Amino acid sequence: MRKRNSLIILIVLAAMLVGSGLASARTQIDFWFSLSGQLGDKVEQLVKSFNESQDEFEVVAFFRGTYEESMTAAIAAYRAGNAPHVLQVYEVGTQTMLLSGAIYPVYQLMEDYDIDIDWNDFVGSVLGYYTHEGNLYSLPFNSSTPIFFYNKDIFAAAGLDPEKPPTTWQEVEEYSKQIMDAGLARYGFTTGWPGGYLIENAFAWHGVPFASHGNGFESLNAELLINSEFGIEHVSTLARWQKEGVFNYGGRGDSANWIFFNEEAAMMMHSSALIGSMMQSDINWGAGMIPHWGDPYPKTNTIIGGATLWVMNGHKSEEYRGVAEFLNFVAQPEQQAWWHKQTGYVPISIPAAELLEAEGHFETNPYQRVAIDQLNYNEPTADTRGIRLGSFVQIRNIIEEELENIFGGSKSVENGLNDAVKRGNQLIDEFAEIYQ
Amino acid sequence: MSQSVVFKNKWLPYILIAPQIAITIVFFFWPAITSLRLAVYRTTPFGDRTFFVGLQNFRGLLESPQYKQSLITTFVFTACVTLIGVAISLAIALLLNQAVRGRTIYRTAILWPYGVALPIAGILWMFTMHPTFGIVPHYLGDIINFNFDWILNGQAAMLLVIIAAIWTNLGYNVAFFLAGLQAIPKSLIEASLVDGATSLKAIRHITLPLLSPTTFFLLVMNVVYSLFDTFGLIDSVTKGGPGGATEILIYKAYKDGIISLNLGSSAAQSVILMALATLLTVFQFRFIERKVSY
Amino acid sequence: MSRKTVQQSNVSGGLQLNKIDWKKFWIHLSLIAVVLIVAFPLIFSFAISTQSLQEIMARPSLKLSSHFLTNYREAWVRSNMGRLLFNSIFVALTSTIGKVVMAILSAFAIVFFDFRFKSVAFWTIFITLMLPVPVRIVSTYQVISDLGWLNTYVGLTVPLMASATGTFLFRQFYRTIPGELVEAAQIDGAGPMRFLWSVLLPNSWPNVAALFVVLFIFGWNQYLWPLMITHTKEMRVVVVGLRSLIPGGGDMLPEWNIVMAASMIALILPVIVIISLQKYFVELMIDTEK
Repeated sequence: MRKRNSLIILIVLAAMLVGSGLASARTQIDFWFSLSGQLGDKVEQLVKSFNESQDEFEVVAFFRGTYEESMTAAIAAYRAGNAPHVLQVYEVGTQTMLLSGAIYPVYQLMEDYDIDIDWNDFVGSVLGYYTHEGNLYSLPFNSSTPIFFYNKDIFAAAGLDPEKPPTTWQEVEEYSKQIMDAGLARYGFTTGWPGGYLIENAFAWHGVPFASHGNGFESLNAELLINSEFGIEHVSTLARWQKEGVFNYGGRGDSANWIFFNEEAAMMMHSSALIGSMMQSDINWGAGMIPHWGDPYPKTNTIIGGATLWVMNGHKSEEYRGVAEFLNFVAQPEQQAWWHKQTGYVPISIPAAELLEAEGHFETNPYQRVAIDQLNYNEPTADTRGIRLGSFVQIRNIIEEELENIFGGSKSVENGLNDAVKRGNQLIDEFAEIYQ
Repeated sequence: MSQSVVFKNKWLPYILIAPQIAITIVFFFWPAITSLRLAVYRTTPFGDRTFFVGLQNFRGLLESPQYKQSLITTFVFTACVTLIGVAISLAIALLLNQAVRGRTIYRTAILWPYGVALPIAGILWMFTMHPTFGIVPHYLGDIINFNFDWILNGQAAMLLVIIAAIWTNLGYNVAFFLAGLQAIPKSLIEASLVDGATSLKAIRHITLPLLSPTTFFLLVMNVVYSLFDTFGLIDSVTKGGPGGATEILIYKAYKDGIISLNLGSSAAQSVILMALATLLTVFQFRFIERKVSY
Repeated sequence: MSRKTVQQSNVSGGLQLNKIDWKKFWIHLSLIAVVLIVAFPLIFSFAISTQSLQEIMARPSLKLSSHFLTNYREAWVRSNMGRLLFNSIFVALTSTIGKVVMAILSAFAIVFFDFRFKSVAFWTIFITLMLPVPVRIVSTYQVISDLGWLNTYVGLTVPLMASATGTFLFRQFYRTIPGELVEAAQIDGAGPMRFLWSVLLPNSWPNVAALFVVLFIFGWNQYLWPLMITHTKEMRVVVVGLRSLIPGGGDMLPEWNIVMAASMIALILPVIVIISLQKYFVELMIDTEK
């Protein structure tokens, strides 16, 4: 009898131990992100800060490859029933995510878990891009916009004022030729993310619509307008410059970065988020707003790029509370200010920007202001608040493909742009068909 | 002589063959059927909506200028890798067959790239031919007026991947040719030489015809190789660019499915590729069967 | 050139001043040229892997520099090479061994038994030769996902075993086994497994070696499949892990010396395999030729 009692006590004790062990185990939240290298380290640091600030939840961050790969993987995972909780998705994936039915809108999440966020704290252009029917669907996280980097040493050597970056495209051509003639660089300028910077942002900056119906915000049946007069003129000049060497196409994404860092080109249009890498390099760099053609086009604003955090469906309620707390943490001004200082991404909440201003951050880092000023240069119009198209990922690929055909000389500017429009419109139509 | 004596056990063969059958069904038949199924549907990326569309995906492919472009690109790529690769290998094998000393060393020195993964072969060649850092354009750029920048020059991109593909498979082809050459009785050649034929004539009229089974076999193998095994090469170097210049069929199927998330079209492309692969395999199989007669 | 002269220079073994065998000279010269051309990208890449970034940026050169250790160490650390190599070895070995074992068993069953569904089984297995992985990638991914095998060693290796190359090989080989041997075994009272173990296997080693070469290299060089189903650093294989070093996704100057160092590490093992075991590989071809 006694033996059995002791056995029972032992079992109960063991169960309690196990139980308490289980109870004190944190709930795991999976966060998939796509920032690599140094930026990726900062993401992990941010996640670590959150984990250390409380003991109920543990966010586990996975680097899941490029934005493209990560999105594909998330979709496959979702179909298989094990999607992550939080997914970092780039801006071109917005429409796909929005209509997918696989997401838990962020505004809803915060409401459901009683977290008080004042959505008006977020910067206008950011809100504009990710709002649907008046509500914010994903949390802005790493936002950037393209700015124009230049090599001060090369400028000085060429007799140009190293503190004055070009403000017009005409000046870009002039400076480039001056630099190239002096043998100081092989090319004038290059660009990263050609689809996004040479086309999407160029159109917005000049107040020209990229697609009809408010760049797709107002209807699923939008049409591309990149073969408009502005488009043809702009790309024709770029094509001419490619031949002359004023411009050098270096590939998609970040493939062209080395052209600037190796001083083959004196200037580069690239994300403001590259400021971090700039500071670490040996280049004596500066930055200005991206060039403009001047009249008759207005100077409006550039589009917010980068990525946001989306929450996926299919998880348990307790876990979602953790997700809400994590997102809330990330949105705090202190975190936003830290994130900006560490990475160069634009501070997307007004309190964060004010915090940085108060610290005198922008005095010591004037170039960080360029992106912010450019985003807020003028009130965004219906054509410049962003682009929202279905299958935008493929559309951007198509545009870049046709640009390669144009710059490579195998297609004329008109043909290339017209083909891009035709192919893109077909995709938009197919997308609209499914979601009508 | 065909094996005709058998063991009489009834259950043992089933047990022996079960693992392979099981794996084949789960990882081959099941995905193949699913692929076929996907080809007649249109699905949204997240799979929340599916529509039966019959043969529309296939029709879309036949009407798509990009698919036609991919067919041409694939044809050019395959033809170059196969014909040039096999021709060069034959020439090398003929040379090698003449060299008595050091044959194994030579063979080793030509065979080793077989062990290099195609994505890595791509990286090695990409850098060797890099317009800025590569050694070939640096020294050859003055002599030949060729734009090595594969980022914009489609021809440079094609050249790069063709060279890398041929290079990796060279030793394999050479080894086969060598084996075939050594199977040709020396007496035949020597007899013709004594009869007054030049070595070249001997090659043309005796060696090559006798070698034709091997040649044929290698042609088929190389076609299969360039059609299906070169995915990693394209993905690591050009990703189908610039502007689709190196987008071979298998890469396009992957891109449309995984990156553009158009699973229906990708599945349709896979079906077409499946048909092509089946044809080639049946072709090759029947040929081998005929050759390999015991 | 008469036979006698050829024999003479072979017998004497070297170049006689007045009877230089020009034919042999050109043949060897051409072959050496071929070898150098084939080796060229490797030579250049290896040289790069020993140079510093500045040297690479300055001008392309075949000179071996002094940064061998730093570059290779950096490549090792940055790409977590130890883990990558372990994964590659694991995948290559496991899938090879699995395939070889299954090939032997299945070929044995097909050749030495008569059973009702033999042709069905035969065609089921051999149809796999008709469908390479990239073509069925999306649906295979789905299957693996459903099984919960994503990002696991099982998921990496098992699907690779679903191909019949080895089975085909052994089938051909077993068909050459004389019927008398089988009868002798049966008379001796040995069962089929005994026969497999004592008669077939000992004779199979050359084929196993040859198959090993092909399958190991195939398994090591897998790209698309591991790319698709692994997503954590710990599960990546070498050929895929290399991608993280390739410039294109990075911020600054592409560090080609590190990339090349990593590439060297990645290719050395399969190249050693083919070089050391080429004898079997080639003999396999000769057998197929006959």
